[in-house]
Amino acid sequence: MTRIFETPLYPYTHVPDQDAVAPVRHKVVVIGAGPVGLAAAIDLAQRDIPVLVVDDNDRVSFGSRAICFAKRSLEILDRLGCGQPMVDRGVVWNTGKVFLDDAQVFAFDLLPEDGHRRPAFINLQQYHLEYHMVERLQALAAAGKPVELRGRHRVHAIGQHEDHVRLEIETPDGPYSLEADWVIACDGANSPTRRMLGLDFVGRVFEDNFLIADVVMEADFPTERWFWFDPPFNRGQSALLHRQPDNVWRIDLQLGRDIDKEAEKAPERVIPRLKAMLGEDVAFELEWVSIYTFQCRRMERFRHGRVIFAGDAAHQVSPFGARGANSGLHDADNLCWKLAHVLEGRAPEALLDSYNWERVWGADENILNSTRSTEVITPKSEASRLFRDAVLDLAAHHAFARPMVNSGRLSVPCTYDDGPLNTDDTTALPARTRPGAPAPDAPLGEGWLLGALGQGFTILAIDTDAPERVIEAGLEARTLRASARDNPHLAARYLGEAGSAVYLIRPDQHVAARWERFDAPALRAALRRAAALSTQEALA
Amino acid sequence: MNLLNTRPNIADADGFFAELVATHEELSAEASAALNARLVLLLANHIGDRQVLSEALQAAAMSARAR
Repeated sequence: MTRIFETPLYPYTHVPDQDAVAPVRHKVVVIGAGPVGLAAAIDLAQRDIPVLVVDDNDRVSFGSRAICFAKRSLEILDRLGCGQPMVDRGVVWNTGKVFLDDAQVFAFDLLPEDGHRRPAFINLQQYHLEYHMVERLQALAAAGKPVELRGRHRVHAIGQHEDHVRLEIETPDGPYSLEADWVIACDGANSPTRRMLGLDFVGRVFEDNFLIADVVMEADFPTERWFWFDPPFNRGQSALLHRQPDNVWRIDLQLGRDIDKEAEKAPERVIPRLKAMLGEDVAFELEWVSIYTFQCRRMERFRHGRVIFAGDAAHQVSPFGARGANSGLHDADNLCWKLAHVLEGRAPEALLDSYNWERVWGADENILNSTRSTEVITPKSEASRLFRDAVLDLAAHHAFARPMVNSGRLSVPCTYDDGPLNTDDTTALPARTRPGAPAPDAPLGEGWLLGALGQGFTILAIDTDAPERVIEAGLEARTLRASARDNPHLAARYLGEAGSAVYLIRPDQHVAARWERFDAPALRAALRRAAALSTQEALA
Repeated sequence: MNLLNTRPNIADADGFFAELVATHEELSAEASAALNARLVLLLANHIGDRQVLSEALQAAAMSARAR
């Protein structure tokens, strides 16, 4: 059987652009067809913004790679029209357990409340995720949306100009040139685009090596994230076990520093390690083996003129916390409505600087969390190890130490507190829905609140009246009316003690502003501010 | 520095000091350091107040004798 990641899904084809006398100009070129590039392309295509994706490859990624997709990512994928196939295919989980030696010391529930359409997490191999995203992109193209994916069209040079970017592209038929109004670089942690533009990528490098083994086996471990400190089968190190679809299990074993990577990757070294963990009699097959070290770093700025960086190309974290691919999807979610507004002449370029502000903020939060987890899993000094071990020893006996056992703080979307697009909050409405926060889901009628939000700005009017739509300086916000009577989830998340509320929700489902009642001048001002039309101060 | 109580606050200071030392008796330097780490975490959790803890960390860092 040919596996999905060995099958060309968007094989090379010769396109008319290659024979054009002068380079053809595109509105948006996305470099890289990983999860982030595909999300950006789908989002722009849904907004009728012409977008071309160029990828050096013609198929989904090799090996499972990113496997944990968080609730917020699933909500973004729902908006992109491909959340359901992911959830159908993925394995759902909400619980994590931490073991010291062979005893459980701590368990956490990542979604301890109901009233959400999506679970805390699904596990799904990155190749399955990409497969469904490619499928969605191709369906949009077939339906006439302006999106194209070119396989084995590799960007090998890039030049920034005042009003466009020039790209030199290598193909099996030789090179050609393209121009783009805007480029979104989603070409991964080793981003050739970043290198070609000579841009920085600074941060911390961690020295410990980790072995990833995806094994296929029939096993009856529960669908939970299991993490071990100092297990009997990997003394002095850590281990992680995670279930994926198709009876594939992710096993992640810390190997320590100064190892021979090639030797450790050989099956004759890997298999005994796995047998020590799983037992001598468990039959399994190796699907994918990889050894990695990791970095926590980011670019200083994510926007460089007309080239905008997203995902791992812009920032990199350790895998503990599943904050890589998930935060890349948050980047695309944040960027695309902004770029669409700029391209349609409805917002100034300053709106794109808010992408930089908000996603640098997000990256810093992810890097902070990821670095802290890494510090616990791979202590960098004697004192660090001393306190880590003290926490583990105490956790076996005392409840207070258990939440300190940091085996990865799992991805949650960040709140853009003090963000440049927020309108100051003067209400006593619940903190979790304050300006900058991602709108939490809640049941609504037969469906869900997030599913009822449109692709544009939404005025969510709860138990109060608001006009059907507000048009301000070329911006449009449509009203969604809801009642929190007999809807305790909506009431708790959006009203608190108040009897009514009006929320202005951005196209990426983050709250821009809120009041207890509809106030036309305030809403118009907030709408302008959310599109950077009234932001005079320079953005950081 | 204003929340951290650095005035005498333990009724039986000599007794406490003796018990602290006795708890470490016959421990290797390594085991003694591990015990201290557990003790710090237990006491820190009991105090709870983040501001007090930060002040205590700073006070400890700044009171090392020049050698």
